[in-house]
Order: sequence, then C-alpha cells, then structure tokens
Amino acid sequence: MRVPLSWLREYVDLPATETGRDVQARLVSAGLEVETVEQLGAGLTGPLVVGRVLTIEELTGFKKPIRFCTVDVGRSNGTGEPQEIVCGARNFAVGDKVVVALPGSVLPGDFRIAERKTYGRMSRGMICSADELGMGDLGGSAHGIIVLPPEIEVGTDATELLELYDEVLDIAVTPDRGYCLSMRGVARETATAYRLPLRDPALLDVPAPNSYGYRVRIADPAGCDRFTARTVVGLDPEARSPIWMQRRLQKAGMRPISLAVDITNYVMLELGQPLHAYDRNRLQGPIGVRRAEAGEKFTTLDGVKRVLDAEDLVITDSRGPIGLAGVMGGANTEIADSETDPETGEVRGTTEIVVEAAHFDPVSVARTARRHKLSSEASRRFERGVDPQAAAAAAQRTADLLVLLAGGTAEAGVTEVAAPSAPRTIRMRADHPDRVAGVAYGRETVVRRLQEVGCDVHGQDELLVTAPSWRPDLRAPNDLAEEVIRLEGYENLPSTLPTPPSGRGLTRRRRLHRRVGRALAGADYVEALNYPFLGEAVLDQFGLDADDPRRTVVTLVNPISDEEPALRTTLLPGLLSALRRNVGRGSHDLALFETGLVFRPTGEETAPGVLPVDRRPTDEEIAMLDAALPHQPRRAATVLAGAREQAGWWGGGRPADWADAIESARTIAREAGAELTVRADRHAPWHPGRCAALYATVDGEETLVGHAGELHPRVVKALGLPERSCAMEVELDLLERAGDGALRAPRISTFPVATQDVALVVASDVPAADVERALHEGAGELLESIRLFDVFEGEQIGGGRKSLAYALRFRAPDRTLTVEEASAARDAAVALAGERTGAVLRGA
Amino acid sequence: MSAPNKSYDPVEVEALKPEEIERMRDEALAAFAAAGGLDALHEAKIAHTGPASPLALANREIGALPPHAKAEAGKRVGQARGAVNRSLAARQAELEAERDARVLVEEAVDVTLPYDRTPSGARHPLTTLSERIEDVFTAMGYEVAEGPEAETEWLNFDALNIAADHPARGEHDTFFVRGARRPGGEAAGSGVVLRTHTSPVQVRSMLDREPPLYVICPGRVYRTDDLDATHTPVFHQVELLAVDEGLTMADLKGTLDHMVRALFGGEGMQTRLRPNFFPFTEPSAEMDMVCYVCRGESVGNPDRPCRTCSSEGWIELGGCGMVNPKVLTACGVDPGKYSGFAFGFGIERMLMFRHNVEDMRDMVEGDVRFTRPFGMEI
Repeated sequence: MRVPLSWLREYVDLPATETGRDVQARLVSAGLEVETVEQLGAGLTGPLVVGRVLTIEELTGFKKPIRFCTVDVGRSNGTGEPQEIVCGARNFAVGDKVVVALPGSVLPGDFRIAERKTYGRMSRGMICSADELGMGDLGGSAHGIIVLPPEIEVGTDATELLELYDEVLDIAVTPDRGYCLSMRGVARETATAYRLPLRDPALLDVPAPNSYGYRVRIADPAGCDRFTARTVVGLDPEARSPIWMQRRLQKAGMRPISLAVDITNYVMLELGQPLHAYDRNRLQGPIGVRRAEAGEKFTTLDGVKRVLDAEDLVITDSRGPIGLAGVMGGANTEIADSETDPETGEVRGTTEIVVEAAHFDPVSVARTARRHKLSSEASRRFERGVDPQAAAAAAQRTADLLVLLAGGTAEAGVTEVAAPSAPRTIRMRADHPDRVAGVAYGRETVVRRLQEVGCDVHGQDELLVTAPSWRPDLRAPNDLAEEVIRLEGYENLPSTLPTPPSGRGLTRRRRLHRRVGRALAGADYVEALNYPFLGEAVLDQFGLDADDPRRTVVTLVNPISDEEPALRTTLLPGLLSALRRNVGRGSHDLALFETGLVFRPTGEETAPGVLPVDRRPTDEEIAMLDAALPHQPRRAATVLAGAREQAGWWGGGRPADWADAIESARTIAREAGAELTVRADRHAPWHPGRCAALYATVDGEETLVGHAGELHPRVVKALGLPERSCAMEVELDLLERAGDGALRAPRISTFPVATQDVALVVASDVPAADVERALHEGAGELLESIRLFDVFEGEQIGGGRKSLAYALRFRAPDRTLTVEEASAARDAAVALAGERTGAVLRGA
Repeated sequence: MSAPNKSYDPVEVEALKPEEIERMRDEALAAFAAAGGLDALHEAKIAHTGPASPLALANREIGALPPHAKAEAGKRVGQARGAVNRSLAARQAELEAERDARVLVEEAVDVTLPYDRTPSGARHPLTTLSERIEDVFTAMGYEVAEGPEAETEWLNFDALNIAADHPARGEHDTFFVRGARRPGGEAAGSGVVLRTHTSPVQVRSMLDREPPLYVICPGRVYRTDDLDATHTPVFHQVELLAVDEGLTMADLKGTLDHMVRALFGGEGMQTRLRPNFFPFTEPSAEMDMVCYVCRGESVGNPDRPCRTCSSEGWIELGGCGMVNPKVLTACGVDPGKYSGFAFGFGIERMLMFRHNVEDMRDMVEGDVRFTRPFGMEI
C-alpha cells in the first residue's frame, strides 16, 4: 500500500513539521512494515508554470521532427511576452495547456533549464512530460507532454497544481492487517500512534436501504454475505478525472483510466472496499451471485477467456456471468470508453452506472484468484478481509463522486442484501495481555488500547470485547493481547531469561554428525553442501542397472529445473559435480565430503488425508503422517582426485587412491565406534576391481553400510572427472546403530613386548584381510597387535603369489613373555593362516 | 712436611720426584692446550690420564714407598692428577662448545620453506555457524531436535495454523512431492512437501512429549527461489521453541538478547522487536539486532558509514513471537496451562553479514577456496 503523506493528512491533523520518515518510525513501531519513504519532487525546483500553446512552427531538415513553439505563460516570465520554446514532442496542439519549465528551473536528475540556442532557434524553457517531472511510472501516459484540462489558468504554479512535492510511504501489509490496504486503515493507525483524532472517511450519511434499487439476488449467502447496489444516471461521458484525483491515484501506484473507473479505484484506496461499476445499459435483468457451473466460460476485463470451476463465485445478469466475484469484472459489462462520433461530433459513452459494493468470503476469493492465477487489487483485499460495514459508505462515496465530478444524479433506490450477522465478541481476562507480555499494564491501559483499535470493551476482571468490523483478524485473546502490546510498544518489553530444566543437549545422532565432520576435516577433506536435486541422466552415467534401488526416486511436482526433477538417492552425484566444478576452476588436488539426507521411497507411501487441527492427532494419525514420507537416512560421502600429498622440497607426492577412499570410511566408522569389515565387491559407479563393500554389525547382524574405492573409468569419463577419481559413501544412521556405546578403557600391561615378524606367501587373490583375521585368531590372547608392513610380488616367490609381511607384537598382562611363549603363539598364528588361506612361511 | 726417610732412598724412585711430577703435569696441560680438536684431545687424554700415562704409572709407584713417604708422594701425585683432570674437563668443554657451535651452524635449515604437503580440510561455515548457535542454547539447557526434510503438509502447514487457503501458505513457494503413480491413473497428491521451515520439527517435538520443552531445531529448508546472489532454493535455518508454564514475550526478548550477545559479543548487543504477522505466532514480531560492527554509531553520521547495516544501526535477523494457542492445541499442548515462544532465522543471511559474504552462490557451490579458510570452528 502506497500512502501519500499529503493524502494521509486529510484524515489526521499531523503536525506540519512531521516528515515522512517521522511517520514511518511511528508506524513501524506500531507494527506496520513501512519499507520506504519515497521523496516525490526531490531535485525539482521551479519556476514551473502552466502555459497555453500559441503557435507551432514545424522545423524540418533535422534527423527528427522538431517544433518551435510560442507559449503564453502570463506574467510568470516577468515580461508577459510569449515564451519561445523548441520542443521534440508532438502530442500537443495549438491552444493546449501545458507545463512549462522556465529558465532557472531544475528538473530531477540535475537537469538545469537555461536559455540556449538549439536547432537554429533560441529556446527559453521546456514543455514538460510526466517523466521529466519525476512523476513516477505512469504507464503509457508518462512519455508524452502533459496536456492539462483547458480550464486551468495560464501562469498557475505547476508544482502545486500537480502536487509534485510529496512523500509516499510504501507499506508491506501483512495478511492479518487487510484494513491497512486503505487510507482509512493507515490513518487510523497514524491517529493512534500520534494520539490524535481520526476523521473517518467512512462516516457518511447513507440513506436506508429500500426496495426500489437495482434488483440483486444472492443464491449463495455464504459466499456473499452483503451486496450493496446504487445507481447513478445522467453522467457526462466527456467528464474527466480531476488532476487531484489522478495525482493521488498515480502516487498510490495506480494508473488513471477513466472517470468512473478512477472513482471506484479512488474509493477503494480510501475505504478499502473494492467496488465495481457496471454500465447499466449493458446489464440485462437483475444482478445475481452464485457459484459457477463447472466448465462455464467467461471473459474477464483483461481479455482472458476463462473456464470456470464449480467453486468459483460469480456475479451474473440474466445472460450469465458478468464478474468473477471479488476478483475481476467481465468484459461484457465494462464501462465504455467515451468516443466522439466523427460525423456528428457527439460524444458517446457510459451515462448510467450501477455501483456494486459487496462483501465476499475471503477463502472463496483466495481460491478463485489462485485457481485462475489472477491476483487483483480487489482479490488482495478480500483475501485479507474487508470491512463488511463499509460497503454502504463506499457505495455512497462512489455515487457522491460520480454526481460531483460527472454531473450525474443518484437514483433514490438503495439496494442492500445482507445476511444477518452478530458482532464478534471475545472473552478475555483483563490481565491476559500482562501475562503474555510479562509486563503489568493494568486493566485501564488494556481497555484504553483496545478501544483505540476500535473495540467495544465491557467487564471488569473478565473483559467482553467486541472487535470492530474492519478487524476480522481479531478472534482470540492473544490477538487482543498483541494489539495492546504493540500499541504499548514492543520496544518497551523488558528482557528476562527463562531457566530451562537441564536438557539432553545434543542427540547422539547430532554428536556423531559433528564428530564425523571434524574427523573428515581433520583428515584434510573439505565439506561441500550440495543441492539434493537429481536427474536421471547422472544415474545412467553412473551405469546403474535398470532395477538399481537408487533409480527409485522421490519426484517433485515443481522442480527448479526439469533436468533434475527428483531428490537424491545417493550423495555422490552432487558431490562429484562439486568436484568437477572445483577442477574446472583450477583446483586439482581435491578431497571433498558431504553429510546429508537421501530420499528413498518406501513404495508404500499413502497420502495421509486431512487431519484436524483442533486437537492433537491420535497416535494412529501420527503414524499415518509418517507413513506418507519416504525413508530419509543420513549418509556421508567423500570424493578424491589429484594428489593426496603434494610433491615438494621434502620429496615426492602421492596420488589419492582407492585406499584413501576406504580409509575415509574407516575414519567415520571410528567416530561412530563401529568396526568395518571390508570385502571386494562389484558395484556401480565403482571400478569393478577396486571397489570395497563395507559392512558393520547392526543390531547383531552384519549389514552392508556402504561402498568405497576408485570410480569406474567409464563413469569418470562420462562425468568429465579427473582420471582415477575415488569415492566413498556410507549410511551414517546405520553406523550410528553399529556403534558399541560407551568405550571400556583398555588395561595397559607394563611388561615388555615381544615382537615377531613373519612373511607369508599366499595366492595373489587371497584377501589380506582373511590372512590377517586368521593370524589374529590363531595367535591367541597374547597377541597385542598385528600390522602388515609389506606386500611383495616378484619372481623370487613365483607368479600368481604374493608375500605379506606382518609384525606381531605379543605381551602378557602379568609377566614377561619368554621367547618360547612368543614363538609358540606365532607358530599357532601361522598354522591357522596356513589352514585357512594356504599361507606358507616365506623361505620355508 | 715429610719426615726424613731412613730406610728408603727416594732417588731410586725417580718418577716420584716433585720436579718430575710437576713436569708430567705440565706436559699434560700443554698437550691438552695444544689439542686442536676433540679427537686430538682424546689422544692427549689417553696419553696423559690413561692407565699407561706417566702420572698413572707414577701413582702405581707409590705403593712401593715406605709408609711414611706414601702420604707425601700420594698427595703430590693426587694434586697433579687433579689439576690434569680439571684442565682436561675444561678443555673438553671448550672444544665441545666449539664443535657444537660449528655443527649446529652447519645443520641449520631454511625454516621459511613452505609446507603444503597436504592442503588442510575444513567444515562448511554454514555447518559450523549452525553448531555455534546450537551450542549457545545447549549451554542454557536446550535440546537439539531434527526431523525429516520431506515432510507432510499437515506438519509443515496445518498444524502451524497455516490452513490450505491461508494467504501465507501461498507465500511459502513450496516444493511439492509428486504422489505415487497408481496403475492406470494420474498421480495422486502425496500430501508431502519439502519443508519450507524447520517448524515441523517443533511440532514433532510437541507431539513427542510433554512440556516443559526447550528445543532448538537446525536444518535444511526449501523454497522455490532460483539461485542468485541473494537467494537459494535450499537454505538453512535455526528455529527455537520454548513451551513452559508462564513464559512471556519478555522471556522471548531476553532469550534473543542472550543469543546475540553470545554470538556477537560485548556490550550494547541487543535485539529489537517490531510487530509483524505469522500464522504460527500471536503476538508476532520481526527481530532486529544492533549492528555488531558500528553498534548503531553510523546512524545519522555520514562520516562513519557502515556497510554491514547500510548505516541503519540494526540488522534484520528473522521472525519470532508467542506460539499461537491454536498451534499448541493442534500439538496436544494445553494452551490454558502452557505458553510458548519461538523464533527462527536463516543461517545463510547471518553468515553473510557476520563474515561479509557478498554472494549467496559462494555458499552453495562447494568451491574449496571459499570453505577452506573457515577451518573447523567459526
């Protein structure tokens, strides 16, 4: 809502020194979001006067047509002589009244007007357009010269005439304050903020309804609980909107169109009541209000042909719909633009008007506006609540203005169809606002503040509050409390700190999330947070089988991009595209990680149906809600490319490889307190020979928790990644469950260690993990640790075989081990490894 | 001092003559002094203090002396050996110091060599900032709660007093999840959206258990904005909910003040509430905090303009209010007994003004050059 300060002053006697910024500050603290204060006429100084064009001489020989004019500006130029002005515009004629900027004036943008020679003539001033005067965005009319009504006197100060100096408050009206979509509403808040009286423009003498007004039949009183109609006849089709009205509309952000339309818009801005003017001669039969028939067709004022829904509320005459109630009128009963008959010179146009001021159900209007994607000034107001009691006054005001400005006569008939309604009352303890705010306002203040917003208040300890008709948002005690607290000033609230009972702090899941992030960052990974949107193309590039569960996706109805309409089932596509982006920007040695949710349909989702909000849903209903959702486990992933260690003055570097990827999974598992078992696997998008499946024991069962390794060369190529890029992905929620809770501190033996090294030769395809597990088991409980320190393949041990060298450390908790004891344990370890994996001691 | 020796002729024991012992001593001292290095000194040490050195041999001769002469000769030899040992130690120390000085100089390295063997890792600043905020509240006794990102409309909207036709529901720019395709039919509505705020987590907390309830809900949320310098369709929020007996707006204000002091530090940090509208709170407010850079001193002071707050003195933080009793009712909390307050704000925005991030895209693109400097904590 754009509120010109000059207009606001009509209803509230603000001190003359009060600026727009001052008013802004007051209104902001009262709860209106005044976003900007626009300074109209900033950078504009006169003399700007009204002139009459006396002569026009067309100059030729230039790139564009140029006019040399003489303009009578009266004695405002000091001489009374006609002012000579060169002008490039053409939309004016001899005799027209125009705005002349005389030499010495400055137009917005520091455009200084001076006498100067141009196009071979002396130009002493400028004939102005709306644009040049900084009158704002006025649509088409802004581009030409302003041609004023002929009755305006030559020499009049144009800055006053056009009210060029003003301030406009731009207010973002929240959905609960529909009444502030009117001057009346903003004026009321202003008056309260300044504790000044309000001149309520809706306080008009309105004749009582009678039976001889235009006939109106309401078939749906729930959709339309009030309909007022007034008729004005004998209108002069030539009448134009006065400048003051045009200017107010312009400042409020609306374009002047024609007198009748301008008046309905003006009254809507003033009182907040949307109005519609019908050309009575184009109406047939009584006006009706009903729901549309499904499929019924109707063309709105904007020329769009619409197919109606059975829920749409329509205004009709005997032929069918003439308006989409509360949203937009129809083309068929539109007020005719006046036109002059070229033969007779007679001006034809609308001379009889039926004014509609009605009240429609906010929900119905909202749905229709949304359904037809048609948000209008009217629908915006109805959706947020219009004062039903203002309809009669608005109709009266419209009729008055039509009479005043178009020379018409208001017919005596006054139609008013209104569904009976009782005033809305709210019971509230007088100290309720005190208890909400934590401030002792006292009953007297509470009552006074409620009266200021327009409530009737009765009662002592318990108040019976009747909300004013323009405040449909006031329905509950907290709504009233807010009114009291905001008018008393949010800025005056004290600052106290409640003491929560001791809480559980971070959940285990949240703590794990932090630990994993810190551990991976500590292992030199950089976190990237990627959008979870996914397209099918990347799943194809990953080489996933047709029945891969990662292809079963949750899809969005309205994705940001049609290329990526689904939600991720794996973190890797997003993380790999971040990798590629970094490479593209010149970073080559990269290790990235991400933790986040993936979305896996359960296949059994069912829409939960409509649940009530006036009670807690039952546990069954809550279960229904959860059943509607896909499974959303949290995962962690890493990707690597380039060097893991750089070469430098210290020596050589080392490329990132599959082992780094698997190690990143172990890093995460360690934080979760879980033990990972690694097995070779073939799983897209990984290299079939360099892919590890990762298992952990979850709820007593060995469970696949993820994969790691080097990416398949085809995937690397398809995605445009650096060669030998590696990746890992694990399900964090599973690892959390695999963790074994609180760690038991190990017992530390202080007896000396006995070390035994063994080199075992096995077939090349025997997993080292199997050999190690056998050694571990075979060595028995004296084994403290085992470490593989070398892997060797070569002629010495023969083809198809490899040698694994292990350092075994033995220690007893209660004694120093003898060499014999350590050797016996080693031999037992080697024996079991031999039995399980065919390992033989190297050199044996 | 020695008494005359009647039965012993000292001349026969040449080595024990005083002048002879003096000579041995002086020779040793001269040899030590002449030793130019630790190796030479070692040789001199063996020659003059070793078992075959003249003084050691002389010492051995003492035993052959008659008892009355032993003491005097022993004393003489002992004094000489003491002097020799002291001289040796001194020279040893001197030469070692010389060697140390030389070797340590030779071993010197260029400590200014760079070491970028492994470029360091980092957590995303949105993660660490969110955690920092969580920590402010967990320290007060709040709990952290999380929930699903694909959420039912009832939890995201209805339970929060945003009915299907509420204008606010249309303003949320919601991503809708497509319903499962039924065989031979058009996809049905799923009733599921990507949550537009973390408020459904608050609802879940209330559904889960009885007040008192003090929770903080961080997480990812979604709105259908296109990515540009100031918008992103996927962003992060932290929301807070407190439900207890007798909670007031003053408590809300105090909690907000506490938060900005904890996050931005120092005197003069506080918040300002401005009336606003949200369906899920009543009364509702927009919250601002004092600009942590200029602390309000740039207002009306053209000589000291502040870029962080555009010389407004305040920075917009987010929305807040007292939990609408209708929301409490829908969540099974008795509004006659309990009241609550809630607030929420975007982490991206806070990161932008706290760390002068100029472009939203830097936070979503995962460029390591942006993230790395933020390290582990923020």
